[in-house]
Amino acid sequence: MLYREAGDFKTSYRDDGQTFPIRLDRWAYYAALAVAFLIVPFIINDYWANAVFVPFLIYAIAALGLNILTGYAGQVSLGTGGFMAVGAYAVYKLMTSFPEINIVIHILLAGGITAIVGMLFGLPSLRIKGFYLAVATLAAQFFLVWLFNKVPWFYNYSASGQINAPERTILGFAVTGPATSAPAKYLICLVFAFALAWVARNLTRGMSGRKWMAIRDMDIAAEIIGVNPLTAKLSAFAVSSFFVGIAGALLFSVYLGAAEVGEAFGINKSFLVLFMIIIGGLGSIFGSFAGAAFMVLLPVLLKNLLVGGLGWPTDLAAHIELMIVGALIVFFLIAEPHGLARLWALTKEKLRLWPFPH
Amino acid sequence: MKPKLTALVVAGMMAAAPAMADLVVPNMSYRTGAYGANGTQYADGFNDYFTLLNERDGGIGGEKIQVPECETAYNTEKGVECYEATKDTGALIYNPLSTGITYQLIPKVAVDKKVLYTPGYGRTSGKNGKVFEWVFNAPANYWDGASVAIKYLLDENGGDLSGKKIALVYHNSAYGKEPIRTLQGLAEKHGFSLSEIPIDAPGQEQKSQWLQIRRDRPDYVIMYGWGVMNQAAIQEAANIRFPMENFIGIWWSGSEVDVMPVGAKADGYKALTFHGVGKDYPVYDELQEYVIDPGKASQGGEHVGSVLYSRGMYAALVISEAIRKAQELAGVSEITPEQLRDGFEQLDITPERLEELGLPDFGPEIKLSCDNHGGSGMARMQQWDAEAKAWNLISEFTEPDQEIIAPLIAEDSEAYAKEAGITPRDC
Repeated sequence: MLYREAGDFKTSYRDDGQTFPIRLDRWAYYAALAVAFLIVPFIINDYWANAVFVPFLIYAIAALGLNILTGYAGQVSLGTGGFMAVGAYAVYKLMTSFPEINIVIHILLAGGITAIVGMLFGLPSLRIKGFYLAVATLAAQFFLVWLFNKVPWFYNYSASGQINAPERTILGFAVTGPATSAPAKYLICLVFAFALAWVARNLTRGMSGRKWMAIRDMDIAAEIIGVNPLTAKLSAFAVSSFFVGIAGALLFSVYLGAAEVGEAFGINKSFLVLFMIIIGGLGSIFGSFAGAAFMVLLPVLLKNLLVGGLGWPTDLAAHIELMIVGALIVFFLIAEPHGLARLWALTKEKLRLWPFPH
Repeated sequence: MKPKLTALVVAGMMAAAPAMADLVVPNMSYRTGAYGANGTQYADGFNDYFTLLNERDGGIGGEKIQVPECETAYNTEKGVECYEATKDTGALIYNPLSTGITYQLIPKVAVDKKVLYTPGYGRTSGKNGKVFEWVFNAPANYWDGASVAIKYLLDENGGDLSGKKIALVYHNSAYGKEPIRTLQGLAEKHGFSLSEIPIDAPGQEQKSQWLQIRRDRPDYVIMYGWGVMNQAAIQEAANIRFPMENFIGIWWSGSEVDVMPVGAKADGYKALTFHGVGKDYPVYDELQEYVIDPGKASQGGEHVGSVLYSRGMYAALVISEAIRKAQELAGVSEITPEQLRDGFEQLDITPERLEELGLPDFGPEIKLSCDNHGGSGMARMQQWDAEAKAWNLISEFTEPDQEIIAPLIAEDSEAYAKEAGITPRDC
């Protein structure tokens, strides 16, 4: 009854093409932004920032990046962890080599460096597809982790091969390093997540997004109607790696503060982000956020419920938690193979008809 | 359904931090994942010693000790979550049993003012109390271990290792890379050649590395492994018929779970340790009486007396002695982390005190100060007897070669101080 287009008149093409055509959606979007930017920073504490919001936002950025490549352009990638490592080590080298330059510039540059590396490893996609491409990106994952372990220059010759993020500030507020306050940590991740989601949305509904989707749906047909597979595929790799690189840079500098490549950016990371977009929904911006929320928040929630709430032994809770998360993934994929985003879309469809479904 | 779910989510997250009084010593354990077999035993020893103090003495100085457990699965992100979840509950001290998590926590504890105690692991240069005010790694660290192992080999070879070949098989992580510099320094000093053989975590697959060892024929192999990597390495060494008595593990590669799966072929394998082994100490009678018999042992007490159990118990013992010292210095029983740090810096666990505690000759003397947070670094060698299924101590506590280690610690801690913008304290 309330949730429908009727009565919401669009008087320009611009209005007609907007992201949220329904008024209620628009309001919800603005309300979510207002809460995220104006309310959460004032009530957030260290636990909420470090265990919930910061990892959620960072993984959402990584999921957005992989979704552009896999969901929109149809190129399967198992190298996300390796590309995140490139972002992390790039920002580390930049931070320690040019301490006087603003950290935001470093993070963006780290994304740019990752984009170049991503394009390089994307070159095989011009010749190979599907499972074969997945294996090629898997090689990238292992090669990059090996490289950062092997070459001491990347970790500034430290004895243990660990990289540590020194303190950097924006407008006098520390955003990296141990003295960072919870709101500062949260806000820098939020700004990046918001800006990148906005960019992703506008890229994917514009010409480049349509090219990617054409390649995904049928590459020969796309080529015949004039889509250049070289530029389309490589641009998808570049944009995707840019996002993933920024996620890696934030994960290391803002969230973890210290990292070791094999542990923080191993193959598990690649799978985690891939699960996020499969569960969230391939080819959907909302799905990237929903998938990240599912994979990051659910384990924390279950742990707190089982250990904090019910007082179970920690190992039993940890095992049950794995089983519940696994069962839920299977359940969601059977109930809705297109992910949480599709569930959300169906809900909205039904809401439009409610309460007169026939 | 939606508001209900949201309410449930919020309730679940809020339940994370129940307020506590008493002395809170969180146990960041890992009973799951690739390293769960090792982590479980350590966590049990850690829990049981505090249970013993609570049951027998009513805590320390009349204050009960709470040991809330948090599962990290040896994963740094979960480690951060555990730290954040427990730090506002009045936690005094952290012992994460993971070098990766330790690196993450070192800068954080300095800001939050919590003590970080990393016996036998963590960042070696944490020994320098001038830079690492909140970190303690007594009684021994990775570099001490490397040096003691070489000293043992020197003794075996009449003081001369020149021309010998030693291979280091290590876990390819911050932990495994730690001893490389010390061993390189020692190789230069004593004239042996060192080859470094990394094994990627978790380390089930080591065929190619041991093929390389078979080809190079080193005289000795030193191993820095953890978890499943240990048993795989010992198995591979047995497969290539490498003489077990020339194979030396660091203390994290010397527990029952590492040698048992290999069976009789593991006989003679050696490992370092910084504490005694076996159940032949009076404290076990008391554990039996107060903890195990009443059914209060952590996870049923199935690992009592194992090497890693003893190590967890020893860590708990050092922490409890530091709490005692801190109470004595501060004159109050409910201490703050700052007072606990002072307690650690004045800590003096003499052989007599160990005997009083029911663990005669269990560990080296620990005497710390403001600038020395790592103690003497003494360690000893143990050897596996596969027939009796027991570790036997085969050397006395040995001092490491501080001539090599001290400059390395100074260098590494200075580098950290510069990187993190710390002005070293005056001590």
